Amino acid sequence: MTSRIRPFHHMRWNEPIIYQLSVEGQRGILVPEAEKEIEQIVGDGLSSIPGNMRRKDLPNLPEMAQPQVVRHFNHLSQENLGADSNIDIGQGTCTMKHSPKINEVFARSHKITDLHPYQDCSTVQGILEIFYRTEELFREISGLDRCSVQPGGGTHGVVAMVSMVRAWHRDRGEDQQRDEIITTLFSHPADAAVPKAKGYKVVILPPDEEGLPDLEAYKNALSEKTAAIFFTNPEDTGIFNSRILEFTELAHQKGALCCYDQANANGLLGIARAREAGFDMSFFNLHKTFSSPHGCGGPATGLLMVDRKLGVYLPVPVVRRNERTGRYFLDFNLPKSCGKVKAFFGVAPVVLRAYAWIMSLGADGLEEASRIAVLNNNYFMKKMLKVRGCSISFPRHPGRVEQVRYSWEKLKEETGFGTGDVQRRIADFGTHYWASHEPWVIPEPFTIEPSESYSRDDIDEYLEIMEQISRECYEEPEVIRHAPHNSTVHHIDHEYLDDPGKWAITWREYSKKYTGYFQER
Amino acid sequence: MTEGRSRDRKVLGLIVNPVAGMGGAVGLKGTDGRAVLERALSMGALPRSPLRVREALEALKRIADDIRILTCSGDMGALESERAGLPTEVLPIGAGPFTSAVDTMEAARKMEASGVDMILFAGGDGTARDIAGVVGTRVPSLGIPSGVKIHSPVFGRNPAMAGELAGLFMSGAKVALEEREVMDIDEEAFRKGTLRASLFGYLLVPSERRFLQGGKAGGGKSVAVELDGIAQEIISRMMPGDLYLVGPGTTTAAVMRRMGCEYSLLGVDAVRDRKTLGTDLPGKYILDLAEPGRTWLILSVIGGQGFILGRGNLQVTPEVIRVVGKERILVAGTPEKLKGLFGKALFVDTGDPLLDLELCGYTRVVTGLGEETLFRVER
Ligand SMILES: Cc1ncc(COP(=O)(O)O)c(C=O)c1O
Repeated sequence: MTSRIRPFHHMRWNEPIIYQLSVEGQRGILVPEAEKEIEQIVGDGLSSIPGNMRRKDLPNLPEMAQPQVVRHFNHLSQENLGADSNIDIGQGTCTMKHSPKINEVFARSHKITDLHPYQDCSTVQGILEIFYRTEELFREISGLDRCSVQPGGGTHGVVAMVSMVRAWHRDRGEDQQRDEIITTLFSHPADAAVPKAKGYKVVILPPDEEGLPDLEAYKNALSEKTAAIFFTNPEDTGIFNSRILEFTELAHQKGALCCYDQANANGLLGIARAREAGFDMSFFNLHKTFSSPHGCGGPATGLLMVDRKLGVYLPVPVVRRNERTGRYFLDFNLPKSCGKVKAFFGVAPVVLRAYAWIMSLGADGLEEASRIAVLNNNYFMKKMLKVRGCSISFPRHPGRVEQVRYSWEKLKEETGFGTGDVQRRIADFGTHYWASHEPWVIPEPFTIEPSESYSRDDIDEYLEIMEQISRECYEEPEVIRHAPHNSTVHHIDHEYLDDPGKWAITWREYSKKYTGYFQER
Repeated sequence: MTEGRSRDRKVLGLIVNPVAGMGGAVGLKGTDGRAVLERALSMGALPRSPLRVREALEALKRIADDIRILTCSGDMGALESERAGLPTEVLPIGAGPFTSAVDTMEAARKMEASGVDMILFAGGDGTARDIAGVVGTRVPSLGIPSGVKIHSPVFGRNPAMAGELAGLFMSGAKVALEEREVMDIDEEAFRKGTLRASLFGYLLVPSERRFLQGGKAGGGKSVAVELDGIAQEIISRMMPGDLYLVGPGTTTAAVMRRMGCEYSLLGVDAVRDRKTLGTDLPGKYILDLAEPGRTWLILSVIGGQGFILGRGNLQVTPEVIRVVGKERILVAGTPEKLKGLFGKALFVDTGDPLLDLELCGYTRVVTGLGEETLFRVER
């Protein structure tokens, strides 16, 4: 059999930040001056803005001609990796799958891009209808009753859920008493981080020997102080907690709410629902399962579904339909609302793509997508476990849903190379893999989620890459030691990513921390 | 080689306990003491260290041009270092037929004085203890596991990995250093079938966590950040006027440090209203201080084994624990440390079997600011 692996070399442009390319006076487009007649009627435009609102200096924007701008962004995209450039199944828990391009066409239509959230409802009936219908679809998908599309991401979906929990207990006068939220070690870290940031104490349950959340520990942790449970299921390991109903029932007995992190619902559509598992609310990452790319933190949506009894606490506004006139409107009149979690009411292009994707597949199509995702994952797992040095977390629980947490523990023991080394080497094949969330309780971990987008050939190619890397670890250690060879970045200094005093993800932040920009001004 | 260039080289101290591990193969559980060693030899035990050291030094050959080895005579280091072709300078230590702990300590002392960048030692807990007693946390150190007893988390997972890590550190790569416990068990008692381990001190050990490329998890928080979060959490729970008995360990030390309180790393200290009442207190005195309902106990999880009571903190007697009460015991541990105990329970061994039974079940361990993780407790 000929090898599927193809020679690859990554592109390197050493591309500066766009602000560094800025040349004073350069312009991409020359906007024509207003004609005299027009100026006579509307004035100069500026003087109608009250003096105290008018800025004194010009905004700090890069100045560039159009060809340089185009070149810059092409360079950046060439330096990238992702689902549109190669087999992107190594970012388990992130559901890096294909988003059909037709949905992109809808989202880029001027009918969407020309909309503004300050427009009067009477002029945006179309998008409001799509929001409304998307809610109806998610009633079926989750079994729950009411919806908010306000959260701008998955972690933001958790923010909305914590806000709802707070509003619910406050309304019952139990907010002071209930200051604990229970989550599990293999739930997404956001399920612990957000409650902490919102002032709750978080109690983490370890897994039992089978990898399921330890039920005895849970019974021990539950009390009158428990405000809610925040569970991901299936967890990061790919293991589905089939006793989930026991967990939610026990929580309800103690007066706690049950919150479900379904950011990644890709293996469960049409198969299992939040309602039947006993949850009071759940959020879904539209930018994973539902046809928006999960990239760079947005634009995204963590669509929130809640039980009927919680509807009055939803963030405002919610989209409603006047049954008499059939018109859609934004309802701000929720006196018990938990408030706002984000400006305006939702990221329209993301909701539109989700709506289009669901409608194009129908109920049967959604279920088929999930079944293929599970099948692909299990096909990959069978073969991956034959790769030398690889093992699975919780071998006593062989069944996995849409992803698997694996371990290179044996590889590490036998060759000294671990997951970080494999990660460096895999860049030489034009793809990548992510290891796992901290803490790394599974030694030398990695997490693979093939989703339904990839063909058997794709999966086999990725497997062949893994086989080759494993072989090199045993037989050609120098290749691994000096990897990557065909990529551009060797080591990233994590000090800059771990230290809030050093990291800079925007130019403004960079200027602030490194060039004294704000002192100068 | 010119003077200047040789001074540029980093210096690695190498101390080999040549008899470490000899007892294991013949079932002797350690070789502390001359008599046991002679018995081991008479039972046909073979030296285990040389092979282990050879494996570790393999990884250093790659940077042979950039480092210098400072070591002891013969099988205390020079033999293997020269055999590996590393530039070696030999201290006049360990030339006699029998070497002992005294030689190890002497070597560590000389190495610290000459300013080595790191001490790589081969042995077991006893060797680690000898070195910790001399250099403490002043010189980065790392163990090549070759003794019988390896309870202290100051050793590489295997000799090759110890060598890799030492090489990484010596080559100037950024490697985080962490204070780790040096434990040792009472060999006499262990030979009779009971495991009794004590905390003897701390070494400054390079962390095995490698730098990773990309990924949304990043490299995780540093241990210092984790410790500070735990300290903040515990301090935020302290009640005015209540007495806090603070057990030994780096985790509890972080609490004291954040409060600006004087403390002992290995002893039990008492604090009230953020003021130290006494450090390294003996059990009887602790009992006198403890007042029912108003006294709390703050304990570290002892790395590697997962003991919370009965190892390194025997001053906290069963009587003290009964006065404090189960619900006023706060246990703390960093996620980084608890990772090593994943899937295992925490242990208590207070010397009072009935009390041990009462302490079993589940406990919450403070693992960060606003965060607790549940752990099973067994005896
Ligand atoms: C289970 C789970 N919850 C929450 C999140 C967070 O989502 P986001 O990355 O949109 O903040 C993710 C995604 O990474 C996830 O997998």
